Amino acid sequence: MFPQRLCMQHLKQVLKHTVRNYSGSGNIPHVCVVGSGPAGFYTAQQLLKGNNKIHVDIYEKLPVPFGLVRYGVAPDHPEVKNVINTFTQTANNERCTFIGNVCVGQDISLSELQKCYTAVILSYGAEDDRKLNIPGEDVQNVVSARNFVGWYNGLPEDKNLDIDLDTDVAVILGVGNVALDVARILLTPIDILAKTDITEYSLERLRKSHIKRVILVGRRGPLQVAFTIKELREMIKLPGCRPVLHTQDYTGLDSIYKDLPRPRKRLTELMYKTAITPTETDYKLWNNATKEWELRFRLSPLEILHDGVKASGVKFGVNRLEGSDMVNQKCVLTDETESVPCGLVLRSIGYRSHQIDSSLPFDVKNGVIDNTRGRVKDMKGIYCSGWVGTGPVGVILGTMTDGFDVGKTVLKDLDTGLLDTISNREDALQLLQRRGVKTVSFKDWNKIDMIETTDGENIGKPREKIADIDKLLNIAHA
Amino acid sequence: MSGLAGMRCVVPKFAQFVMRPMALTTTCINRKPNILLGARRFTTSVSTRAKETVSIQFVCDDGTKYTTNAKVGDNLLDVVIENDIDLDGFGACEGTLACSTCHLILEQSDYDKLPQEPTDEELDMLDLAYGLTDTSRLGCQIIVSKDMDGLVVRVPDGVADAREP
Repeated sequence: MFPQRLCMQHLKQVLKHTVRNYSGSGNIPHVCVVGSGPAGFYTAQQLLKGNNKIHVDIYEKLPVPFGLVRYGVAPDHPEVKNVINTFTQTANNERCTFIGNVCVGQDISLSELQKCYTAVILSYGAEDDRKLNIPGEDVQNVVSARNFVGWYNGLPEDKNLDIDLDTDVAVILGVGNVALDVARILLTPIDILAKTDITEYSLERLRKSHIKRVILVGRRGPLQVAFTIKELREMIKLPGCRPVLHTQDYTGLDSIYKDLPRPRKRLTELMYKTAITPTETDYKLWNNATKEWELRFRLSPLEILHDGVKASGVKFGVNRLEGSDMVNQKCVLTDETESVPCGLVLRSIGYRSHQIDSSLPFDVKNGVIDNTRGRVKDMKGIYCSGWVGTGPVGVILGTMTDGFDVGKTVLKDLDTGLLDTISNREDALQLLQRRGVKTVSFKDWNKIDMIETTDGENIGKPREKIADIDKLLNIAHA
Repeated sequence: MSGLAGMRCVVPKFAQFVMRPMALTTTCINRKPNILLGARRFTTSVSTRAKETVSIQFVCDDGTKYTTNAKVGDNLLDVVIENDIDLDGFGACEGTLACSTCHLILEQSDYDKLPQEPTDEELDMLDLAYGLTDTSRLGCQIIVSKDMDGLVVRVPDGVADAREP
C-alpha cells in the first residue's frame, strides 16, 4: 500500500538517525512515554532537562499529538492551549521522538517495550466513562459528556455521535468543569463559537439546536460542587443567558463560607451573591436573555424516563445531607422523588482509566493504575504519570506538577542504580516496522497542523480539525 | 553535542510564537499599568525612553536566587523569560490568565505598594495555585515600574516538591 511504503521510509529515517547518533554508546538510557497529552509531554520535558543523554520516545495512539489539550480543552478556551507551544519545543528536541499512530497494548505490548527501554512511563489518561448504572441509561439521547466533548472537539471516534439537539431542555448529571464546559457549548451564541476551533460539523448541528434551558444536577449541595470559579464566572457572564439559582439552596451559606479556605470561600460566595444579591449589572446582562441554565442540588438520578426509544426525562431521588462538617457532608437518599422532563441527558460524572496490559496492577474501584508516587506497584521500570495514576481530577497545573514529579522520580531511580540502562529503542521501532504499523512523526504532524490551520483561516477560525483517521494518515504519509 | 540544545526546551521563549490564538473569553489582561493612585505606591509612569531596567530578584523555595534585569513596563513573566530563568512550567498559558503557574509571593509591604489590586479573574486563577498566600500574585499581572529596583519576590514550590521523600 502506498502510504504504508512511505511510512516505512519514515521508520527507516528514524532508525538511520538513531544509529548515526547512538551507535557505540551503550550507556544512553532510552525511555518511552505512552500517551502524548499534558502528562506525557511534561514528564518528557522533565526527563530531557534532568539528564543530558537520555532519549525519550513518546508513543501516541492517534496520528496527532497533545491528547486532551486538543480533544478535551473547550474550543472557547484557546489560552489554555498555549501549552502546545512548550510541548512542540519538547517534541523538537533532538533527543525526543514523537511516534504517533501506535496503540500500545495492540501494536506493541508492554513487555516488548520493557525489553527495549530503561523505563516505560504510562501517561495514557482516563478515557473510559463512569456510568450511572440505572434503568433507561441506554436509550437514545442519553449521551456521555466525554463523547459530547470528543464530538465537538473532533476526536475521530466521536465524530459520528448520535445526538439530537431538537429539544428545549437538556439535563446534565454532574457539577464539575466538564459539565460546565458542555453547558457553555450548548448555550453560547453560535457566532462566538464560530470563531473558535470547534469542528464545523458540530457547529452546523449546534446552529440548529433548540436547547433553551440546561439544568445541571448535583447529588449534594453548593458546598460540594466540583467546578472551579473561573468556569462559574464565565457561565454567569455568558451573553444571552441567565443563571437560575434557587435562593433556598444558598440561604444561610454566607455565615458558613466566611471561614472556608479561600478557593471554596470565593466559589461559594460567587454562587451566593448571584443567587441572593445580584447587582444591577447582573440584571442588565440577564434581562434580555433568551436562554438559561439552572443549578439543582440534592438529587440522585434513579431512572432515565423515555418513550420507548428516546429520553424524555430523569427521575431523581431527593437526598438529605448529613454530617457536621458542612463541606464534606454525605448524601442519604430519602423516599421522596422528583421527575424532571427533558429531551437530552448528558452524563458527566467522571472518567476512569483502563488497563492496557493484564500484568498492570489496577485499582478497579478508582479506575487507576496502582502506584506510589508514580512508581507502578511491583513493576520495576514501569511508571505512571497524570490521570492514569492520580485519577481524573484537577486542572492542567496538577497534571504538570505530577508529570515533573514522576520525571524526577525516574531520574532519581536511574541515578541510584535502581534501573538497568537499556538502549534498545531501535528494536521497538523495527518491531513496529515489521508489523506494518504506519507511524506518524512530529514532522508529519506539522503537515497536518498546517493544513488544519489553513482550512481554519479560510472560514475565520484558528483551526479546522480533521476528525477522520484515514484523512489524517493520508496527509501524514503524503 | 545535544546537551545544551536540549536544555532550551524548558525555558519557553513565548515571545517568539506568533500563533497566539484570539482570546474569546471575558477575561482581559491588564498589560498597561494604572496611572492614578496614592503616594505610597510604586510609580507607574512608564519611561518613554524605554529599555530602562531595574533589578528584581526571584528566590525559589530551595534557596536558589536569580537576580534579573527587569525592563520597566514588562510584566514579571516577561522578566523571567527575557532573563532565561529556568523555572519548570512557569507561565504555561503564556500570560493569558488561564493558569496559575506564574504564581509569585511578595512581602506584604511590596504587595501593598502595587498600583493595581488583583482583578477577580486573577484571583480566580490564584485560587488554584499551590501554596496560596494573602500576598500572592500572578507574575504576568505585575508590571515592572522604576521604583521596583531591589524588589525580591518568592517563587513557591509546586506541591510535587513537598511530596518528595
